[in-house]
Amino acid sequence: MTAFLAWLALALLTITSAGIILSRNWRWTLALLAILYVGVFISVRFYWPPGMAAVKLITGWMATTILGMTQLGIASHPEPVEETLPQGFPFRLLMTALIGVAVTAAAPSLSGLIPGIGLVESAASLLLIGLGLLYLGITSQPLQATIGLLVALAGFEILYAAVEGSILVAGLLAVVNLGLALTGAYILLAGESRQNA
Amino acid sequence: MNAPLIWIGLPIALAIILSLISRPRLSARVGGILALALAALAWLVPIDDVLSIGAISIKITSVFQFLGRQLVLGASSRSILIVFYGLSGLWFLGAHAAGVSRRLVPAGMAITALLVGALAVKPFLYAALFIETAVLLSAPILIPPRQPAGRGVIRFVAYQTLAMPFILFAGWLLAGVETSPSDLILAKQSAALLGLGFAFLLAIFPLSTWMPMLAEDAPPYIFGFLQWILPTTSLIFGLGFIDRYAWLRQSDLLPQVLRMAGFLMLVTGGLWAAFEKRLERILAYTSITETGCALLALSLGADKTQIVFLLFIPRSFGLAVWTLGLSIVKDQVKSLDFAAIQGLARRYPLASGAILVAQFSASGVPLLAGFPPRYALWDALAQISPNMAFWFGLGLLGLFLSAIRSLTALVISEKLTYWQLQEDWPQRILLGIGIVVLFLLGLLPQMIYPLLNTFPLMFEHLGG
Repeated sequence: MTAFLAWLALALLTITSAGIILSRNWRWTLALLAILYVGVFISVRFYWPPGMAAVKLITGWMATTILGMTQLGIASHPEPVEETLPQGFPFRLLMTALIGVAVTAAAPSLSGLIPGIGLVESAASLLLIGLGLLYLGITSQPLQATIGLLVALAGFEILYAAVEGSILVAGLLAVVNLGLALTGAYILLAGESRQNA
Repeated sequence: MNAPLIWIGLPIALAIILSLISRPRLSARVGGILALALAALAWLVPIDDVLSIGAISIKITSVFQFLGRQLVLGASSRSILIVFYGLSGLWFLGAHAAGVSRRLVPAGMAITALLVGALAVKPFLYAALFIETAVLLSAPILIPPRQPAGRGVIRFVAYQTLAMPFILFAGWLLAGVETSPSDLILAKQSAALLGLGFAFLLAIFPLSTWMPMLAEDAPPYIFGFLQWILPTTSLIFGLGFIDRYAWLRQSDLLPQVLRMAGFLMLVTGGLWAAFEKRLERILAYTSITETGCALLALSLGADKTQIVFLLFIPRSFGLAVWTLGLSIVKDQVKSLDFAAIQGLARRYPLASGAILVAQFSASGVPLLAGFPPRYALWDALAQISPNMAFWFGLGLLGLFLSAIRSLTALVISEKLTYWQLQEDWPQRILLGIGIVVLFLLGLLPQMIYPLLNTFPLMFEHLGG
């Protein structure tokens, strides 16, 4: 059952994180982010008690809600346009596949380095970190950058849950996730306030 | 009574109250006085000792249990509390003259408290989480009112956030190195992760690209405040790692890596400043060189850590004076480009003078605050190798040239303009005091030695 859940979480995290990279619609992106946190919850659940693991899920959903509500409140939603960075669909698909390959190669080493962490969880964690950084790297839009950081942090949190079970750390990481979402929301609204003025 | 509650919990509560004050002048004064009162309290009241005032006996304990972990502010932390709250108080008092008091004072008080929390938390590697929380709190105040956020703010948040996972994970690996010191691979992996984490946190070259961008976007005074308090905390946090892990302290590679990073930051920052044409970007490059100097001081070994501490106070005063002058000037011109600020010194001589004195101080000109620490550092580097002294001199020369170019731009004017003082009285008083303090710290550096001598007490193995 545990192995099944671990693979289920990996599948969920792969589909959602890849979907976040490939999607251009912010509604889909945020919906995928919300589902991604279910995968994070399942992965963290192997190391933490359900109550503490649920903090990740609730915090993630709260962060998603903050970003979604802010985005809904903004009058116009221009598609992200960046002239200097390559970010077409084929490029993103290729990069996602490359990160997938790199994760497949690196996950066994990571699970060997950290006692107690399973191969599947290390793969899930590396995938989120890799794709989060990729998303962060190909955009300078506030919403996308915030989501990229949240995804990368989610990957780190799976990894860190295997080695650290402190309530203080769980609490502070929840504060950091919410703080990131609030900062992202503030940055989004700061741009909007001038347009309305 | 409990020290972490007084110097961490209380300032956070005060920050909430300060955010309710709508009058900017009152906010700056109340915030400044409260922060100075916290510094005075740290100076006067002993921690973990009984203080008797008449019939009343008070004992402030040093430990506070928090979610299964400890916040510890012992007697050895008093110098940090005095410096952090004392200097923050002075920054807050100047915030109204810079026109940012309602943004800076409440958030600044909370940021100071969180950064004190970062230095108090045990195990100390959790400090990364407190620093990250302070960074997230500082992002909104970096965006000027009614303006969209620039790329600098987004990069600042992203880079500082990426530091946290690296440091936390490196901390976990370092614990493994402690139990099996012969595992060289594990030691290398943890050192690499730790280095990467601090490279993000301290904006070590080439991860410093956000600094000039942020300096252009953000209000100068707030940028200056954060450029003082965040790197200072990160450096003390870094010293904690060196103090805690003997293998890191005794490693032959660490001084080399620190030296390389320090020289890269000092030389690139100095040279870019020399060729830069915008005043606020020069400030950013100078800030990069200041961190470079601190890394070079760190590379000198455990018995020379005094030089690291010697850099802290001149950096804060220099940045405060510089950014106050810059804030006043920025309100009068469309941009801070050399072409746009020509002749401004004739209308704003004190603000321009403050910018220039701070620039010259940062470049290590004698008689100014920046000179004593730079001289001590230059001397120590020259004793190791003349080459190092040359590169150090080259970095400072870049900063000196940028100061000369700024002087030329501020003074030169095609139109005949008579000299006049257009700063208001509070600005004149603050700028005047700031300039005098920069000279005093240069002429009488021994003034701050009693405070600096107690800094190494925070560490078990550093300070000689």
